[in-house]
Amino acid sequence: MMRHLISAADLTRDDAVLILDTAEEMARVADRPIRKLPTLRGRTICNLFFEDSTRTRISFEAAEKRLSADVINFAAKGSSVSKGESLKDTAQTLEAMGVDAVVIRHGASGAPYRLATSGWIDAPVINAGDGTHQHPTQALLDAFTMRRRLVGRDTGLGRDLEGKRITLVGDVLHSRVARSNVDLLHTLGAEVTLVAPPTLVPVGVETWPCEISYDLDRVLPKSDAVMMLRVQRERMNAAFFPTEREYSRRYGLDGERMARMPEHAVVMHPGPMVRGMEITAEVADSDRCTVVEQVANGVSVRMAVLYLLLGGNDSAVTHTRTEENK
Amino acid sequence: MSKTLIRGAQVLGGAVQDVLIDGETVVEVGTGLSAEGATVIEAEGQILLPGLVDLHTHLREPGREDSETVLTGTRAAASGGFTAVFAMANTHPVADTAGVVEQVYRLGKESGYCDVQPIGAVTVGLEGRKLAELGAMHDSAAGVTVFSDDGKCVDDAVIMRRALEYVKAFDGVVAQHAQEPRLTEGAQMNEGIVSAQLGLGGWPAVAEESIIARDVLLAEHVGSRVHICHLSTAGSVEIVRWAKSRGIDVTAEVTPHHLLLTDEMVRSYNPVYKVNPPLRTEKDVLALREALADGTIDIVATDHAPHPHEDKDCEWAAAAMGMVGLETALSVVQQTMVETGLLDWAGVADRMSFAPARIGRAKGHGRPVSAGEPANLTLVDPAYRGVVDPADFASRSRNTPYEGRELPGRVTHTFLRGRATVVDGKLA
Repeated sequence: MMRHLISAADLTRDDAVLILDTAEEMARVADRPIRKLPTLRGRTICNLFFEDSTRTRISFEAAEKRLSADVINFAAKGSSVSKGESLKDTAQTLEAMGVDAVVIRHGASGAPYRLATSGWIDAPVINAGDGTHQHPTQALLDAFTMRRRLVGRDTGLGRDLEGKRITLVGDVLHSRVARSNVDLLHTLGAEVTLVAPPTLVPVGVETWPCEISYDLDRVLPKSDAVMMLRVQRERMNAAFFPTEREYSRRYGLDGERMARMPEHAVVMHPGPMVRGMEITAEVADSDRCTVVEQVANGVSVRMAVLYLLLGGNDSAVTHTRTEENK
Repeated sequence: MSKTLIRGAQVLGGAVQDVLIDGETVVEVGTGLSAEGATVIEAEGQILLPGLVDLHTHLREPGREDSETVLTGTRAAASGGFTAVFAMANTHPVADTAGVVEQVYRLGKESGYCDVQPIGAVTVGLEGRKLAELGAMHDSAAGVTVFSDDGKCVDDAVIMRRALEYVKAFDGVVAQHAQEPRLTEGAQMNEGIVSAQLGLGGWPAVAEESIIARDVLLAEHVGSRVHICHLSTAGSVEIVRWAKSRGIDVTAEVTPHHLLLTDEMVRSYNPVYKVNPPLRTEKDVLALREALADGTIDIVATDHAPHPHEDKDCEWAAAAMGMVGLETALSVVQQTMVETGLLDWAGVADRMSFAPARIGRAKGHGRPVSAGEPANLTLVDPAYRGVVDPADFASRSRNTPYEGRELPGRVTHTFLRGRATVVDGKLA
């Protein structure tokens, strides 16, 4: 395994499958009466959040606590950062306090990469979302959810997403989730299609390992999973599309459209959903929608990432089984 | 002032000659000149050029003396072989009045390392709304002839038109920073394959090209000359080539970094590569080199933009745009243009001295190396190979993209009106 997790593009197929398999083991912990492993006892992890993100921060915190790590939450608001302290000084201050790993969420694309490669600190860096660049643990939890649903919880172990057809719909231009998913899903052998109005597809997308379509209805029948990306309302003021209603009509997922998907296909969303915009309540609340599962899986996947980056060389599997056998 | 004999240099890369300087003037050029009473510089294997002229330098004084002063900036210029620099107007306060340009001019005189010709702002406060007192700046002791809102584009077509027309009265020129502001809101790097992957806001080529297209047409319409700052795209080259073929009086500059570096460097997220206009693609780099070789692009200008360490030692989005360039410009030109066979040393003399002096109407600079001319000279050792170490810079700032990179050539001597400002590669 690598020292840091900055981009989904840095993961090999075997790295990714190892993380997903490890996450399945972690998920079993969640089913036990005591949902805690001693793996990271005595290690301190800092969740360094320069951008508001309650759900990602809580997910990491839950993962860290289930691995018995000591957790420090650092939110930029109200901290020295709001008084003008630099990222470098903040990170060095934290490291001086004995932090063993930094989980960072930052509004600037590349900030985690900078933190990991500039010699500012030595601790492993885990990217919890940077600007419009990457959100690798989101891509991993999405892939985990897809593998469970489309391949199987037990039959999926050791396997990737070869041949699965995955469609991502929405604001690709500003989406770190889309970038991470395209990279990881491609590595795992899936066929990815991005659907968006042309204004929300980046110039330069032609080198991405995926197809581009402007027509959702044509792609839906050929999709094993459809992931709806959030469209922020402020995009409306920048002429990316004429009105919210028009966006919903052309690119939103409602019950009628969902019916065009194959029987087995699932609907995914990284959250938070904007109901009535990219997804209707009918779809969001349907059995085919995996949003709540994705949240639960997020904890398992983040446990796996933390374990593999910070843990020993033993696999989590033997470790947990030994505990169980006592 | 004593005599200096530069012995055995290849003048403009051509014939081996001796050059005798007496006082402020070149008094004799020939072979086997007498060294009697003169300090002798053995220049075998070296190239003698007219003192370099930079039409685009940020000296930061007044206002940002933490990044550069006129003194440190002119020392950097001399180290890089320059004898004249044009100081951009985006200081604090902005150089939009006779008072500020005269201050910068006077500081340049006092430095003694390099002539400083202030550039005046086109509009008050660089705000693009109201013409600055261009005539007053021209009539001041600073004698401003080049006007630019560099850092910002004069995007209002009417203001640009009026500025182009107005400066004709005193043979001035407007140097445009071509950047359509709406198309570059939130822009962080060249818009293309790399920006799409890195998730950084795109600075599309069309934002530069559309302004250049508009401005060459405006210049044609009102019969003015226009200068394009730091041209960076293959499309801009095509537009300027077309304009020149129509007889439009347009000149253009390219920076050394746009001749060498591409947006692939940004994958490091290291803000030392953050610059405006941004680093473009390989295709653009090759087009710029070709255009500089064929004369479509008239000159190399450094866009020397010093920034303090903390403004680069941070995440990409928070970092300032710009690179220092005075002390590496000639080496980069040697590598990208001379060693590729695109330009000979006479061509370098034209692009880095004759032509910029002509565009900026710099008196006493960009003159031939011949008897009776002011002794503004630069001696280069082209065989030298060295690794760039920012700690060696005379500039107060260290934001170079070339740290650790081997570059060819070294300025061994610079003469400003006969006085050596650099001797054996060190500031005198």
